[in-house]
Amino acid sequence: MPAVYADAFDETGLPGPCLPHYALIRRWLDETPRDFLLHKRREAELLFRRAGITFSVYSEGSDPERLIPFDIVPRILCAEEWARLVRGLVQRVKALNAFVADVYHEREILAAGKLPAELVLLNDGFCAEMQDLDVAASAYVHVAGIDLVRVGPNDFYVLEDNCRTPSGVSYMLENREAMMRLFPNLCAKHRIAPVSHYPEELHGTLQAVAPPGCTGEPVIVLLTPGAGNSAYYEHSFLADEMGVELVEGADLVVDDNLVFMRTTEGLRRVDVIYRRIDDPYLDPLTFRPDSLLGTPGLFNAYRAGNVTLANAPGAGIADDKAIYPYVPEMIRFYLGEEPILANVPTYRCGDPRHLAYVLDHLSELVVKEARGSGGYGMLVGPHAAAAERACFRAKLVARPENYIAQPTLALSTCPTFVENGIAPRHVDLRPFVLSGREVRIVPGGLTRVALKSGSLVVNSSQGGGTKDTWVLERLPET
Amino acid sequence: MLSRTAESLFWLARYMERAENVARMVTVGRRVASVAQSLGASGDEWLSTLIATGCDRGFFHKYSEPASDAVLDYLVRDPDNPSSVLSCFETARRNARAVRTALTVDMWNALNETWLTTREFAAQLSDPDKVPTFLDWVKERSQLFSGAYGSTMLRNDAFYFTRLGTFLERADNTARILDVKYYVLLPQDEGVGGALDYFQWQSILRSVSALRSYHWVYHDRLQPWLIAELLILRPEMPRSLLSCFDQIARHLDLLAEAYGGKRGECHRLAGETYAQLRYGRIQKIFQSGLHEFLADFIDRSALLGAEVGKLYLN
Repeated sequence: MPAVYADAFDETGLPGPCLPHYALIRRWLDETPRDFLLHKRREAELLFRRAGITFSVYSEGSDPERLIPFDIVPRILCAEEWARLVRGLVQRVKALNAFVADVYHEREILAAGKLPAELVLLNDGFCAEMQDLDVAASAYVHVAGIDLVRVGPNDFYVLEDNCRTPSGVSYMLENREAMMRLFPNLCAKHRIAPVSHYPEELHGTLQAVAPPGCTGEPVIVLLTPGAGNSAYYEHSFLADEMGVELVEGADLVVDDNLVFMRTTEGLRRVDVIYRRIDDPYLDPLTFRPDSLLGTPGLFNAYRAGNVTLANAPGAGIADDKAIYPYVPEMIRFYLGEEPILANVPTYRCGDPRHLAYVLDHLSELVVKEARGSGGYGMLVGPHAAAAERACFRAKLVARPENYIAQPTLALSTCPTFVENGIAPRHVDLRPFVLSGREVRIVPGGLTRVALKSGSLVVNSSQGGGTKDTWVLERLPET
Repeated sequence: MLSRTAESLFWLARYMERAENVARMVTVGRRVASVAQSLGASGDEWLSTLIATGCDRGFFHKYSEPASDAVLDYLVRDPDNPSSVLSCFETARRNARAVRTALTVDMWNALNETWLTTREFAAQLSDPDKVPTFLDWVKERSQLFSGAYGSTMLRNDAFYFTRLGTFLERADNTARILDVKYYVLLPQDEGVGGALDYFQWQSILRSVSALRSYHWVYHDRLQPWLIAELLILRPEMPRSLLSCFDQIARHLDLLAEAYGGKRGECHRLAGETYAQLRYGRIQKIFQSGLHEFLADFIDRSALLGAEVGKLYLN
């Protein structure tokens, strides 16, 4: 069980003395007038609006292009903290990759009885079409976004793994750009590890997984659902930074199991597709026949080994919430190591004993849909009204297998600029892990912050904001 | 490059140029209408603007009378009119967003800020006094965009397609602006060559910012055939049909070069039109009818656009 903290851990060290890596920021916050911060925040908004760094909120009628609130106070990790996270992340993503490869080949982990076969084979995330397909470098989860939360100085937990098409990395990069522009002096006084080479690392990862038959420089494209997608800005940003074409499904054509893009000079061969379209929409001939986003014949070309899809179809089996409790077991099974990063204890409501416990302790737990995302369809027990809990109780009894429950963690807090000045707000962290022939991690990630006082929900679709995440190469001189 | 990217660049340049020209035509319309009013000639001055911008059909679908407020609203900010200034900016920005990776940062900023500010501006346009400021601003934004891409884009196929969009649209629009005069009827007691006639010709020159240029080139009082010559045949006039087609033919050649010499009907058509303009005479055009000449030219430009599409954009 996670250690229980009466109050959330404040990453600056409060109520004790300020931790050394936050010392300069703390002084800066104390010395800087509120009006100046307000002014800087408005300037930041203008920067984001001008660059068109917006995301779409599907359910809202008003402004279709919204800004994610950006908090101007950075979140800081010291070198030691980061080094430990990196070891844990590399270990975890290696195991997730090994798991996906195993699931679509020999299924040794099932044979060894480490997790129930039906949980894998009957899972919606399982993609039967991937069976026995050998992929370049045995890489499935080329880009992983691992959501971490922290409850104490050395207690990080993995909240969930995102192995399909994780987004948010453009905010990691743009937030840094914004900070360097808004506060050049403050940035210069800290030895902040740079993140701006992420697109190069991504490009290198994609190059490394070109199909074996590809000779010469592989042609890489980024496949987007289009300008209406909520993460479209990120797609165009990454394509631009990598210097690759940003294509839509209709720009691609498959002929004789080879993939081409339609250009002004005719058809041009494509070798690697960094796709930001979900599995079901990739190819109407193999998956959803009503999909207009994908390209007919794409999956056959993939199976023929003529093109690489990143991430691989079916990689979602590794980030399913029902599979999540077994990730520590995967690490032991495939790597023979003890997990460095812990899982949050998870109750699978499909198990009658777990369900009974969950129903008895609803007011202490967070209940999530096993397949939900974006903070929708979630119950935060301690913060929920009685009626809401009753509603979830009914849902749990009706379809227990659709839900998992976890203890409500006191997420760590960071100083954040809100209405009443600087106040602590809960944060999480999503670092991005790249896997090609090797695993690469850029020092940083996306810090999401719950802007409402006391709220634990950091999702941007639920009113969360973001912060720049600084990994310090060494402590600031004070 | 992707065909879709080329297509979006072509159209976003066209729509930015169109926004400017609609603004120019509305400016002429206002001047002509206000003078006609002061001379007591209650005419259909706004009707000519609607026809010249090609917006008459859509307009009469919605309104029965070309009253000045309704026409202004329709041409400037009506989202139902695909050629209203607002719609042009909207469409340009939508195309820009679809091909962001093909734009330079300066191009994107020019387009995006235009779009952001237009939405604020449009809300104030019910006040007719704000309209002239808005129209000037529209011209500025379009010119900022031209400047931004002219000074930051790599000289490759992406640039050629953008240029093609700008000049094909400009050629079409110059022809339309000149044709406005055909539709403006002079009142019975105002003869050709009278004060009103003179004023209308002057407004047309003003609308393309060419009044001074006219005097520099001709050192003569305003003569209809010289004005037509300036806007159709003079190579030194940057909005003339000849100048536009010089650019169009040149950039189509550059594309053919970039793509290994492959040419199509669009190259022939552009070359043919260019030759006619290059070696044509204004007397001949007036003999066979200025309006007929312009109508034919507008059709050819549309055909050329379609042929460019066939060869490169599909």
